[in-house]
Amino acid sequence: MSILINRDSRVITQGITGKTGQFHTQLCREYANGRQCFVAGVNPKKPGEQFEGIPIFATVKEAKQATGATVSVIYVPPPFAAAAIDEAVEADLDLVICITEGIPVRDMLRTRYKMQGKKTLLIGPNCPGIITPDEIKIGIMPGYIHKKGRIGVVSRSGTLTYEAVAQLMALGLGQSTCIGIGGDPINGLKHLDVLKLFNDDDETDAVLMVGEIGGTDEEDCARWVKDHMKKPVVGFIAGVTAPPGKRMGHAGAIIAGGKGTAQEKIEVMEACGIRVTRNPAEMGKLLKSVL
Amino acid sequence: MKIHEYQAKEILRQFGVTTPNGIACFSVNEVISAAQSLGGNRWVVKAQIYAGGRGKGGGVKLARSLDEVRQFAEGMLNKPLITHQTGPQGQIVHRLYIEQGVDIQHEYYLGMVIDRARQRVCLMASAEGGMDIEEVAAKTPEKIHKILIDPVAGLKDEDITHIAGKISLPSTSLDATRVLLKGLYQAFDQTDASLLEINPLILTTSGQVIALDAKMNFDDNALFRHPEIVALRDTDEEDPAEMEAAKHDLSYIALDGNIGCLVNGAGLAMATMDIIKLYGGHPANFLDVGGGATAEKVTEAFKIMLRNPKLQAILVNIFGGIMKCDVIAQGVTTAAREVKLTVPLVVRLEGTNVDLGKKILAESGLPIISASNMADAAEKVVNAIQKGA
Repeated sequence: MSILINRDSRVITQGITGKTGQFHTQLCREYANGRQCFVAGVNPKKPGEQFEGIPIFATVKEAKQATGATVSVIYVPPPFAAAAIDEAVEADLDLVICITEGIPVRDMLRTRYKMQGKKTLLIGPNCPGIITPDEIKIGIMPGYIHKKGRIGVVSRSGTLTYEAVAQLMALGLGQSTCIGIGGDPINGLKHLDVLKLFNDDDETDAVLMVGEIGGTDEEDCARWVKDHMKKPVVGFIAGVTAPPGKRMGHAGAIIAGGKGTAQEKIEVMEACGIRVTRNPAEMGKLLKSVL
Repeated sequence: MKIHEYQAKEILRQFGVTTPNGIACFSVNEVISAAQSLGGNRWVVKAQIYAGGRGKGGGVKLARSLDEVRQFAEGMLNKPLITHQTGPQGQIVHRLYIEQGVDIQHEYYLGMVIDRARQRVCLMASAEGGMDIEEVAAKTPEKIHKILIDPVAGLKDEDITHIAGKISLPSTSLDATRVLLKGLYQAFDQTDASLLEINPLILTTSGQVIALDAKMNFDDNALFRHPEIVALRDTDEEDPAEMEAAKHDLSYIALDGNIGCLVNGAGLAMATMDIIKLYGGHPANFLDVGGGATAEKVTEAFKIMLRNPKLQAILVNIFGGIMKCDVIAQGVTTAAREVKLTVPLVVRLEGTNVDLGKKILAESGLPIISASNMADAAEKVVNAIQKGA
């Protein structure tokens, strides 16, 4: 098994009629089993229409009822994206992947509050998505750089994840599942949640964890790894050179109030038995050394 | 986004928060007439810059006569104020805020921030106000009391009573505290603030609860729905290169080094800075061209990096996913020609259409140094500077 998604996942695209939604839905459909997996789109103004043969529904609930889909991916623009997550949660989907970048923090605080006690899991927002290579990709990552294998990858960034994957591939290491959890301060699944899933996955042998400055998610994850993880974990933290108080692109990548430095994260991870490289060109090499 | 103290106080007053009476001024004469119209016999002259540490840096002074008001205003206006947050060059003071003096019985600290791990707005309060709160937090964390605010119910009465008790605010001032705290939270919530600090919050000798200072930062992602806050932006406080970059939808942060970096994606951009440092170089900037960079955007990015007089080399690191390497290569060669590049340029391309991209660079006739991976790129750019020096 992979984690969270596989060839049998059925996916609704929220925001399928926008430029980004159209473009990436096409690419996702072309990847592996995509044609069977992407079964519905949502646009309240265009129910009954189609996008390249994919039926469009007015609501997530209707799309779920008609197609049996249990996963959704969101490309809705930032002012409306949190409401799109709310709708997917209300429809009791298993998993929602929000690609949208630039959602206000206040909207996400309210959305996460409403998600308490619900079964829906959230990946993102502001993330590249999730891929189980050679089965299904949901998101904006290039599919062809991946290949099926036994390494789990979890990261807060997009292109840095692709970099990590390319390094693994150069060493002949395929991936079980790769997840971008996103660069926002208020998000869904965290490193810790994803590591728990990889720990229980029979098809994952080791995990590459890529983090960055801001918050304390990597530290929280490392403390759990120390006591519970049965598989090797290696890491890299971006932003050793980042100055405090400056937002480094991602809304979440900021050293504030003396908290969230790369150095602090690296120290905690190493103290918890996670090997960390300071060299972003050696993520793959480090992972291979622990197999 | 940040704003000045006087602007934050104007916002807070709209939410029923009590502040001293004050007037913002742009000249010494304005300061004098402001003091006269405020009346009284004591005034506080406060330099308006975004950086903290103004008090210790000499940017907040208590005047006991109009002569002193003039003297302090002349000493601050249009001169640099150096605090631990401004850097050694300081920040030129263009605006002053003059306030009526208040009788202080006790100083408290109040702050509101987003607690990322708990996914709530966190209210922090301490009886140790007026001081460097980071020092209090580091040395005596038990003196800072916290409450997580329910995003639907808002700040509850029992929370306010609890926190007021923790910081020993007298019960006779509880009603005033309730009005103030509710106002502060409403202001925080309704303006999409990311930080609100009142340091100090004061209890006056007559039992009033007043916000003596105010600092507010706002969530950049929410500015689209707050034109009234965007209008408060003070461009004197902002880095011109960063503003220019923002116009072109580029994320740029100036740093102290001499190697310009142009990268797609924030995480990869930080990792590129890190690897430059690891190989003994110093990054001149963080620059994320984003997912949909065009030739025009790359050209603008080059122009912005080249404004930096310290720049001695450029490293381009692109992982083409959706963005194709040949498009980027075209953008880089066009930009290098247009800006008549004179510093060494190292380019590392990976991903979609990488071979085509490398071919475009090689056949451009430009002295571009091609790198095969991140480590190679970092090594080559550091060597290029050493050769030039």
